[in-house]
Amino acid sequence: MRPSVQEMIAQSRGKRNKKVIEKIIPIILFLIASVSVLTSIGIVLTLIFETITFFTRVPFFDFITGTTWLPFSNNEAQFGIWPLIIGTLKITVIAIIVAVPIGISAAIYLSEYASENVRRVIKPVLEVLAGVPTIVYGFFALTFVTPVLQAVFPEIKIFNAISPGIVVGIMIIPMIASLSEDAMSSVPKSIREGALAMGSTKFEVAWKITIPAALSGIVASIVLAISRAIGETMIVSLAAGSTPRFDGDFTGSIQTMTAYIVQVSKGDAGYGTTIYYSIYAVGFTLFLFTMAMNILASYVSKRFREEY
Amino acid sequence: MRYIEQQTVVKRMNGRLIANAIFKYIFLAATLLALLALVILLYRIVSQGAGNLSIDFLTNFASRFPDQAGIKAALVGSLWLMMVVAPTSIILGVGSAIYLEEYAKQNRITSFIRMNISNLAGVPSVVFGLLGLTIFVRAMALGNSILAAGFTMSLLILPVIIVAAQEAIRAVPGELRDASYGMGATKWQTIVNIILPAAIPGILTGSILALSRAIGETAPLIVIGVPVIIQFLPEGVMDTFTALPMQIYDWSSRPQQEFQAVAAAGIIVLMAVLLSMNSIAVIIRNKFDKRY
Repeated sequence: MRPSVQEMIAQSRGKRNKKVIEKIIPIILFLIASVSVLTSIGIVLTLIFETITFFTRVPFFDFITGTTWLPFSNNEAQFGIWPLIIGTLKITVIAIIVAVPIGISAAIYLSEYASENVRRVIKPVLEVLAGVPTIVYGFFALTFVTPVLQAVFPEIKIFNAISPGIVVGIMIIPMIASLSEDAMSSVPKSIREGALAMGSTKFEVAWKITIPAALSGIVASIVLAISRAIGETMIVSLAAGSTPRFDGDFTGSIQTMTAYIVQVSKGDAGYGTTIYYSIYAVGFTLFLFTMAMNILASYVSKRFREEY
Repeated sequence: MRYIEQQTVVKRMNGRLIANAIFKYIFLAATLLALLALVILLYRIVSQGAGNLSIDFLTNFASRFPDQAGIKAALVGSLWLMMVVAPTSIILGVGSAIYLEEYAKQNRITSFIRMNISNLAGVPSVVFGLLGLTIFVRAMALGNSILAAGFTMSLLILPVIIVAAQEAIRAVPGELRDASYGMGATKWQTIVNIILPAAIPGILTGSILALSRAIGETAPLIVIGVPVIIQFLPEGVMDTFTALPMQIYDWSSRPQQEFQAVAAAGIIVLMAVLLSMNSIAVIIRNKFDKRY
């Protein structure tokens, strides 16, 4: 015969380990949740400690003000970070010039004009575009975009800032489009319908109602995209070259912060050399740049949000 | 008194309608331009790489000669990598999500953990590589093994999995929870027997998408020092290995034209792996969508 409910309850009261489990589980889960915090602490401490070692060999002042990056020279190695920062900025500027108009136009089209069926086709395609590995984009930049650019502008070299800049821009289009579209879609329908009822055209609704109302989200999406462009590694490693330079030339080989880290890592700079520590100093600089952008993005989206 | 001057309205109407029509097509053209980029990219890669794709390509090791080069070591290496990354990142990610959604009190520590997760998602992957190099490769002396790379990748995709799992858990209706408590179940029993089964489709979808990001990531592997030319298959998690994106990177950066076709063939294999993973995610999402 099966035990009655009362008996089952009495039985389970007897089991002590149930109470123990209820007490232990939250602690275990808390420890698991703290792994992400430990990761952040690990990143910051790693970068700080190795960067401090770097600064015992290279003066801090030379690093942040120097305009020559010449780490591989045997007798006159120079570690001035600015050429790498300029290289990163060149890529970022081109990427933003490409991605912002296209990304925001796509967002406006999806949120204001497209029918439900069209959205159902385009959004997954944008997701695919966002899911393409960056190494594939890098290959595309090197073997397609660069030759096409060279055919039109013969002065462009094999390694240049324009081609990887354009492709980084293509890479961040989905990010700007989908985050901006989220911001635009969260503008209440009633406001839009009010404007339409007053005789506005759809373009006027988009331009005068939706964009101003969603501006904080749109700006935040652009700032996040800038952060992604600054941290992008493989496209620039493959297609931008490895010549750190402090000038305004976009047509020749350049080097970004991320590409320098890759260049050193795949070579065999021995553990403990100044070059080895320099990748942490560059990584730290990169980390500060992206962190500043991420904080700016969350500040913009919180501080300037329009509440309805 | 007239509020609307009919003449002005009529005069302006034409220009407004034209502007509306023009901008509609500008926005549409921009959207199509983004889609066109994807089409060109896929077309280029398939047309360049399809000729090199063969059974030999899948079963050969890397070679100095483009026509003999194969992707076997990289393909197997990537699968090994996933065997470390999948359990590590899913256990850590789902555990964190359960803690944050079910146990965490609204206090400073909790909001710090939340803020920390969203910041971690914005850290460039190459910086994760530096973390892996210092902590796993050097401090824990794992070398450039599958384990070191796997742990690094797990931390890289951890924020994505946590957020996906949090959303899945949050989507479980409150009535299910209340019914379970009403029947006398404890909190942990409710989580294991009610909430997790209901949230698993969402968790799986998010995890597969995160894993497909890990399989295509290159930068952390380069920083860790994962080699490219490997003529053997790994036999355990402490062995050195190479992975698909590493192999593709190596082929792409060679000056010979022939290797670019080999790289394109490698990309086709990588994209095929990604596509099948994404299809599984979509199937799971559609099959279990809106059960409640």
